[in-house]
Amino acid sequence: MSNTSTIPPMGQRDELLRMSHVDKVFNGTVEALRDLNLIVNQGDFISLLGPSGCGKSTALRLIAGLMRQTKGQITWNGGVKEGDLGVVFQEPTLMPWATVEQNVWLPHRLRGKSMDDVRGDIMWSLKMVGLEKFQKSYPRELSGGMKMRVSIARALVTQPRLILMDEPFAALDEITRHKLNNDLLMLRDKLKCTVIFVTHSVFESVFLSDRIVVMAARPGRVSAEVPVDAPYPRTEEFRTSAQYAELCRTASDALHGAMNQHGERASA
Amino acid sequence: MSVTEMQPAPIVDLEEQSYARAKRRESIAKWALPVIMLALAVYLWDRVVVWNQIPHYILPRPGLVIQTLINDWGMLSDALWVTLKITLMALGVAVAGGVGLAVLFTQSRYFEMAFYPFAVILQVTPVVAIAPLIFIYVDNRLTGLLLCAWIVAFFPILSNTTLGLNSTDHNLRDLYKIYGATRWQRLRYLQLPTALPYFLGGLRIAGGLALIGAVVSEYVAGTGGIGSGLAFRILEAGYRLNIPRMFAALLLIAATGVVIFTLASLLSHALLHKWHESATKKEN
Repeated sequence: MSNTSTIPPMGQRDELLRMSHVDKVFNGTVEALRDLNLIVNQGDFISLLGPSGCGKSTALRLIAGLMRQTKGQITWNGGVKEGDLGVVFQEPTLMPWATVEQNVWLPHRLRGKSMDDVRGDIMWSLKMVGLEKFQKSYPRELSGGMKMRVSIARALVTQPRLILMDEPFAALDEITRHKLNNDLLMLRDKLKCTVIFVTHSVFESVFLSDRIVVMAARPGRVSAEVPVDAPYPRTEEFRTSAQYAELCRTASDALHGAMNQHGERASA
Repeated sequence: MSVTEMQPAPIVDLEEQSYARAKRRESIAKWALPVIMLALAVYLWDRVVVWNQIPHYILPRPGLVIQTLINDWGMLSDALWVTLKITLMALGVAVAGGVGLAVLFTQSRYFEMAFYPFAVILQVTPVVAIAPLIFIYVDNRLTGLLLCAWIVAFFPILSNTTLGLNSTDHNLRDLYKIYGATRWQRLRYLQLPTALPYFLGGLRIAGGLALIGAVVSEYVAGTGGIGSGLAFRILEAGYRLNIPRMFAALLLIAATGVVIFTLASLLSHALLHKWHESATKKEN
């Protein structure tokens, strides 16, 4: 249960992104991340699981290019282009003055493409999340779950190589969350997309991902990696299976381990 | 993956019936009550004059005010036109200047630091105190009036629009950054729409203030003759103890203010009703 100490050379398998020895320090004192190593392969569904303050959102923001690491490298295999990245936040983050289709248009619009040029992409994307009938609706006319679907459609519309999701379903009720979890896996199966999913729910991370990266706080760091060796497609039955319960226990133990670990500074 | 909307239940119980009745009553009262109260107030005014036998050069009856309005319409409508012209021009310049400055403020923090104090000083100094100076330095009377009205009207637009431009959702800002938005795209697609409700709130205040600015500065400017507005007509009628005409001119000013406010509210509703909380009816 140590950090990924042996890093294979770049370019193996269908590697998409690698973070090596990434540190992020705020204000010169707060260590948000220490020595983060993460390799993301094509088609991975990785969950970053950990208590608040473990730097999982910071890791996501670094990958998204919203901030720069203090030390270390973040390398995209083949470089990163516009439209390679889709992002879904905890809130739906829709523009209330724009219709559903205008919201989904945004990533293309910011690259100077007219609505007519990308109408096909927008409709495809809305169809993927089951909202093709709501293209002319305004966000306030939609339920919380539907707004989140629009947000996902917007992330999909450029057919990105990597989708970052920052606790996207945390604010939803359990029934809606389960439904969206199922739909997300269906989407992933259909599109073969690569996802990094931040969550603090053990159950969600086990249900969704094929690899759970458990993180610890103060300083934020990787504390364990839990592989989830359950085959896809995963359905509602998987949620009640013995294998699921066993995997949840393993992940839960790893999370507790992470929470009881003390940082080097604290133990010194 | 289909999404179905909840159908409202067709069964209406007693509570909902009474709720619906209360709502209907309220929607009628919303219009009827103000009209009845206004009519009652005018009637009372009329009765007070008659019962106390107040002479018309102290307090005219409402009927006489209306009659004066009709008789003096030629002179008063000219004056109304002048006041209205100054008000609307000042409002127009206030909108352009206020929004323009607000955009510059949000584009550069240093620009804001440098010029915001000037805006505040202009705002907190009473226009009545500045106006005499302005009329010393500005020869053209219309320009002077316009300047006074603009000083009063532009600040609510500037401060509201600045607040609005800075109120963008931080996640949306991140999203724009991730998708590589230019400064111009962020301004146009994100900041200006976010600021729209704030701006419209400022516009409603500024409309009334522009009128006040136009009237007050004309009091200060004083000179009359051709091309004078309603304020001068009130002053002039006061000197001549023509109280009914004072009331008639006052009525026109008040009506103008109400019309400007109503137009601004209608504009606000037209632009916001599809998406903004302030303009959408609660749906049950």
